[in-house]
Formats: sequence, structure tokens, C-alpha cells
Amino acid sequence: MSEAVLHDDHHDHKPTGIGRWLFSTNHKDIGTMYLVFALIMFFVGGAMSMVIRAELFQPGLQYVDPQFYNSMVTVHALVMIFGALMPAGVGLANWMIPIMIGAPDMALPRMNNMSFWILPFAFTLLLSTFFMQGGAPAGGWTMYPPLVLQLGDGFPYLVFAVHFLGISSIMGAINIIATVFNMRAPGMTFMRLPLFVWTWIITAFLLIAAMPVLAGGVTMLLTDKYFGTAFFDAAGGGDPVMFQHIFWFFGHPEVYILVLPSFGVISQIIPTFSRKPLFGYTSMVYATASIAFLSFFVWAHHMFTVGMPLAGELFFMYATMSIAVPTGVKIFNWMATMWRGSMTFETPMLFAIGVLFMFSIGGFSGLMMGITPVDFQYHDTYFIVAHFHYVIVPGIIFGIIGGIYFWLPKWTGNMYDEKLGKLHFWLSTISVNVLFFPMHFIGLAGMPRRIPDYSVQFADWNNIISIGGFAFGLSQLLLVWVVIKCVRGGEKATDQVWEGAHGLEWTLSSPPPFHSFTTPPKVTDATAHS
Amino acid sequence: MFVNKFKQIMFAISVFSLMFISEMALADYMNVLNLTKGVTPTSKMVYGLHMQILYIVTAIGVVVFSVMCWSIYHHRKSKGAVAEQFHHSTSAEITWTVIPIIILVVMAIPATKALVFMEQTGDAEMTVKVTGYQWKWKYDYLDEGISFFSSLSQDSNEARQRNSGIDPETVENYLMDVDNRVVLPINTKIRILTTAADVIHDWWVPALGWKRDAIPGFINDNWTYIEEPGVYRGKCAELCGRDHGFMPIVVEAVPKAEYAVWVEEQKAIQLAAAAGADREWTKDELLEKGKDVYATNCAACHMAEGQGVEGLFPALVGSAIVNNPDASEMIMLILNGKNMMPAFKDILNDADISAAMTHERNSWGNTVKDVIQPSDVKAMR
Repeated sequence: MSEAVLHDDHHDHKPTGIGRWLFSTNHKDIGTMYLVFALIMFFVGGAMSMVIRAELFQPGLQYVDPQFYNSMVTVHALVMIFGALMPAGVGLANWMIPIMIGAPDMALPRMNNMSFWILPFAFTLLLSTFFMQGGAPAGGWTMYPPLVLQLGDGFPYLVFAVHFLGISSIMGAINIIATVFNMRAPGMTFMRLPLFVWTWIITAFLLIAAMPVLAGGVTMLLTDKYFGTAFFDAAGGGDPVMFQHIFWFFGHPEVYILVLPSFGVISQIIPTFSRKPLFGYTSMVYATASIAFLSFFVWAHHMFTVGMPLAGELFFMYATMSIAVPTGVKIFNWMATMWRGSMTFETPMLFAIGVLFMFSIGGFSGLMMGITPVDFQYHDTYFIVAHFHYVIVPGIIFGIIGGIYFWLPKWTGNMYDEKLGKLHFWLSTISVNVLFFPMHFIGLAGMPRRIPDYSVQFADWNNIISIGGFAFGLSQLLLVWVVIKCVRGGEKATDQVWEGAHGLEWTLSSPPPFHSFTTPPKVTDATAHS
Repeated sequence: MFVNKFKQIMFAISVFSLMFISEMALADYMNVLNLTKGVTPTSKMVYGLHMQILYIVTAIGVVVFSVMCWSIYHHRKSKGAVAEQFHHSTSAEITWTVIPIIILVVMAIPATKALVFMEQTGDAEMTVKVTGYQWKWKYDYLDEGISFFSSLSQDSNEARQRNSGIDPETVENYLMDVDNRVVLPINTKIRILTTAADVIHDWWVPALGWKRDAIPGFINDNWTYIEEPGVYRGKCAELCGRDHGFMPIVVEAVPKAEYAVWVEEQKAIQLAAAAGADREWTKDELLEKGKDVYATNCAACHMAEGQGVEGLFPALVGSAIVNNPDASEMIMLILNGKNMMPAFKDILNDADISAAMTHERNSWGNTVKDVIQPSDVKAMR
């Protein structure tokens, strides 16, 4: 332990009571709040998916009205994307970026507090629509007009919730950029940054570029509904498809906003448990940057069926296919990191390997649907549902969960229960495949997405899918138990925690002092990521 | 030779993995696995492309996952592996950048050809305009002047109501059958225009090989050339509101001669319907017709017994508008729509609307019990 840390311990008095959390400007506390909020939202969104799977368990309508089913589909997506995935990513960033780059805190601590505390209010607005005339949003999370304009009293709440979420994300992104650009410890050059920090800088720039576009789009919806404009109404000279272009110009970079932090996490985990430096650090940075750059030129592949000119379809097909190249580079780099390493398979490593396998499956189906003529068949079927759930659940969520297991001993000072962690991994992995793999089959065989009931030939697979869904949902309760158990006690963690761990965060005590790196550490090649 | 062998191996692998997933009635599952080959040149081209890409990505997957598994097995600490410390290799990095690029180019060439082929909408011998409504389809045969709506068939509609007590397995073509089929001639290049009246829908018959959005205010053009007679079923593919899952499409492809007979029949039916709108109807006639019109057009939201859905769709039972002795507000509402209620002026004719209104005003304990004539509706248009 360095002298700086001992010095911190001396002044380590925390504020107490509810005020510690309400008025917090401490990156660790705010990180914790983000993560807890994300976990709660993960279960709120998860409960909605359980309603969906219960209704689809057998043909016929058993439990809910189709309109409520549509609300479940819509709000499940909004809650998971904006309430679970993004806050979880920001939570990890808050906790880890300052202690990875040797900064005492985030650059803008008060804004950090505000960007978190906007979230509960935004989701109160969004979820309150369930109790309003006309119900909760039911037009899909993509909010396509004219359908979304049919929503009743909940409509302005939806729009303002999205505005608030956007403001929160943009502030979070500004904070991360300001922190990394200004507060790196001496010697922590850009090309010595841990890859998790790199993926988050790139994510932050994506957020700043993409979120205002979404805000603009939903504002145009608002004025179309209440102020007589006709941006998306052909009768007034507008075009409903223009909204789709605006939405997906945000929506596609959003995919990478979600996935890049997870890539960053597994880029920390794999070298640690392979006991070997990350392969191709420089090409990883460039591949991540090129994925982010390309993500602004492929949006229309989400809407091939709207009827674009041939030249447009060809452009977006080629651009989409080209993303496979940098994505492939990343996968190969991770494989090469494992190659000839000395691997052990603690829970974080298991989740990281899970990401490698199952994200690749999502990547393969993504490549297939990038081929425009074939996408005319795949579009809006369960094949698409299978694809993006493979990318999001075993791709992104497994990455985040891996990160939680990886850093939990650092955060709490206690080791988690390895047996339960491994059990959680295996239950999740088996159930997630039972849940999502057969969706490829029913999608190809012709089952459209977003339907509450289906023709009987799809009954057998849907049965199996629902069982997988319930099993996956229940398995996640194990994660909560492991985290609670770890917070309450357990075998004491060392400072380094993992045998192969390198980087500044592992030089701090476990748990780290409330205020860390008040005197910046000196970083050399030897103490950097590798 | 090699390709065939390769395909056989791939097929064996997929069958084998399926057997792991389920030992139960395998045949049931095997029918619901893959894209249909379809019955048009387009659909066959798309199917070929799909299989080609599927084999390529499966092959890549097998290679990549094998290498990973090999590494995970051999390079583990418990087997005494000692970590090497290399962290880059220019030749390896160039290799795994260039090879994917080559594979992508190989995939892009046939894909481009297929796309160019699919976009050739010229030289059509006939044109059908498809209009999406919440939640049914309207078909206009532009050359013949035939026009009709196509909605979910009555038996499916009854069975799909929540807690209907009817087992979907007992309903023939559950959710995949309609009252009026789209009849099309085979071996004819048909232009299909898609558009919509309210929100965006998407017209999709998998056997034809494509789907295309139906967008209000815009017209998309597509084409098809059906090679085999038969009945081909599809569905709306774009979320379009509450009953998005309940607006199927049924295409019946018939030989040209049979198609000509069907066209004449349809023309006669349309003439008869037009005549009905101008005469005086009896209450019994209106009530009988009204029951059908209500079931097809109104019951989806206002429910079979007019009870509505709380918080979403108003009840018609005891409704102030329905029970108002002055029917004009009700007629205007039906003609022009309001919020989620679609405008029915282009969907239903005067006789349909007057019949449905008469049914509503005489049913479920509503008190007006009067008769609305088609002429009453006509006067309000």
C-alpha cells in the first residue's frame, strides 16, 4: 500500500445517514447508487418479461389484454435499456474510472450527483403512465409515429421521461470525458489507460452525439401531438419514416453505448485470469473507435423494409457488413489474449468467456440480417428478437455481471461466495440459451415479433422458450443473494484480489478508502495496465 | 463434392444438437426451424442466399469456437500452463482483418445481385393496392375495380378472446385465416402497392419472399410472380396497436382461367352491395347485418358485449353517446374517428354503419332502441 493511501485513511470520515446518499458527491457512493438502481430496474424490466413469457407460454390469450401486452413489450425495453443497462455501465464507470486513472474523484462531482438523481424521477414519470387513462406506452420502445401518437394521457410523460434520461446520460458522459481528459495521474498517458477507460471515453462521445438526436425526435412527436406541427404526418407534408431515420440515428450508436462498456469490462477480466497482457492493445483501441465511428453510418439497417431507393439499401448493407471487421478484430484479440495464457476460471472469467461465445452468436445473426434481401424475410420476426437478446443478455449483461463479480471484492473488501457465483453462471448460461436460441427457429419459420398470441405451430417452441425465461429470471435472484452475502461479510480480500490483476485500482486497499488518490500516484509502464 | 459433404456434415450437426434440446416429438419441432423456400423466384433466391450465409457463419463459428475451446482446455493453470507474455503480432492481426474482408466481399456479391433483382418493379401485368387498417387489410384490384376488406376469420376471432374457453388447437388455421382471401393468378408479374390508412403496418407473406411496410401517406411498390397454385398465409409484421397480432393475410394463387372467373364473381358482389345502400331497410335486416359488422369492426376494442376495456376503450353499454336519441354525434364519431377510434368513412358503407349503430342502440340494455337507416348516415357524410 502506498503512502498516499495511508494518508487518505487518516481523513476517511464518511457523511452518515440518508444525507450521505442524497447529497453525495463521492464517485464511489454514486457508483453504488447507480448499480443498485440498475439492479432494481433489471428486476422491474425482468418482471415485465415474465408477464410476456407467461402470456406466450401457450397459444390463446390467458392473462392480459393485447394492449397491456404491448405496454409490457414497450416498457420492458425502455426500462431495461435506459434503467438497467445504461445506469449499470455508468455505475461501473463511476466506481472504477477515477481509481483506474489515479484521480481523487470525478471531475464534476455535483453534476455526478444530479445525473444520478434524475433517474428515479424519470422512471417515476415513465412507470406512472400505467395508472393513466390510455395506459402505458404500447407502441414499441422505438416510439414510431403515427402509432405512438395514439397513446393517451401517458404520452407527454413518456416524452419527458426520455428527455430526462437523455439529460442524465449527457451529463454523465461530460463528466467522464472531463475526468479522463483532465485528471489522469502523472504518467497515465492515453495509450496506458486501461481498456475499460478507453471504451468508456468512446461511449461518452457516442452519448453526447446520439442523445440530443433522440431528444429532438421525441420533441417533434410532442409538437406533432399537441402543437399542430406535421413533422411525421404525410397529410401535413411530413413523413412518418423521417422519425425512424432520426430514431435510429440515435438508436444504432445506442447499441454501442450499451455494448462498449461491457467490452471494456471483459478486456480487463480476460488478461487478469489468463495472467497475460491484453493482446493487441493498440488495435483494440482503434477497433473500438472504428466501431463507434461506423455506428453512425448503418442506422437504416433497422428499417430496410420501409422502402428505400436501391442505392440507399446497398450503401447501408455494405456499411453494416463492414462493422463485422473491427468486431472480429476484438473477438480475435480476446482469443489471442487467452492463447498460451495460464487460465483459471473464477466467476468473472466464466462470464467473460460466456460473452465471447454468445456475443459471437449474436454477431453471426447480425451479419445475416445485414444482408438486405434476406433481411426482408428476417425483419420484425423472432429471429431479430433472438439476435438482439443474444447481443444484450449474454453479450452485455453477462459482461456487466462479470464486472460485478470481478470488482465486488475490491468494493466490499470481502470475497464473494465462489461456489454460488459459479452456480449463477451455469444456471444463467443454460437458461439463457434455452430462452433465446429457439427464437431463431420460430422467427425463421414465420413468427412475427410483438404479438400476444400466435398460430399453433409455434406452440411447442414457445413453451420451451418460456420455461427458459422463467429459469433465467429466477437464476438472477442468486446474484442478489451473492452480492448481499458478500457485502455482509466473508473471507477478507487482499489489495490485489486476483493473482493476475494489474492496474492502479488494485494498489488501493480493499475496500478502498472513501477518498482515494488525493495525492496522485506516479504511473510508469510497469504499473500501467500491463 | 466437397460442398455437398460439407452441407451434410452441417446438417448432421444441427440435427444432433436439436436432439439434445428435446427428445420429445422431434417431428413437431423440425417443421418449425427454417425459412420457407417459398413459391416465387424471389423467395427461392432469398432462401438460397440465407442458407449460403448460414453455412458460412456456422463454419466460422465452428472454427472460432474450436480454437477457443482448445485454448481453454490446454492453456489452463491447473494443467500447469505457464503464461507467455507476448502482446501483439502484426502478421496475425493482418490475417484476421483481411480474411473477414474477403469473406464479406464473397457474401456481398450475390446479395447485391438479389437486391437489384428484387427492386425491378416494372413490366407488371396487373396491380393490387394493399392498404393496412387497424386491424384489417383492404385490397384494391386497380385494373378490375374490385375492392374489399380482409379480416381475421370469425372462428379465430372468437377463440382468441381472453378466456374464451376455446382451445386454439381445435380451430383450423388459428389466427392465420381471413374472411376474404386475396386471389391472385399464377405465372403473372403482379405489382403490389402497400400503403396504410392510420398507422404503419407491414404486409408479409413468407412464401412470396419479402415483406414491406405499409405507410400512411406513402406508397411502396413491390412485385411478385407466383409459380405454384396454393394458399399462402402471412401476417402483419409491424406493431400497429392492440390487435397487431390479429390481422393475417391469406393469398390464394390460382390458374389464370380460374382467376378470371373469380374477378367476374367479385364484380357482381360489389354491384349488389352498392344497390343495398340506397333502399329502406327493416329493423330485423339491420339487426342481423349489424351483428356481423359489429363483430368484425367494433368488437376488437369495444368487446363482444359492448363492455369495452377499462381505461382504454369506452364501454358502449350505457354510453351517453350511444343512448342519445339524437344520433348525429354518434354518426360523426364513427365516420371521422377520435383518438384511437379510427375513421370508418372509407372502411364501411352507409348500410354497414347504420346496421352496426342499430345493433348497438338495441343491444345490451341500451335504451334508445331506434332504427338508423343508411340514408341517415349518408346525410351526415
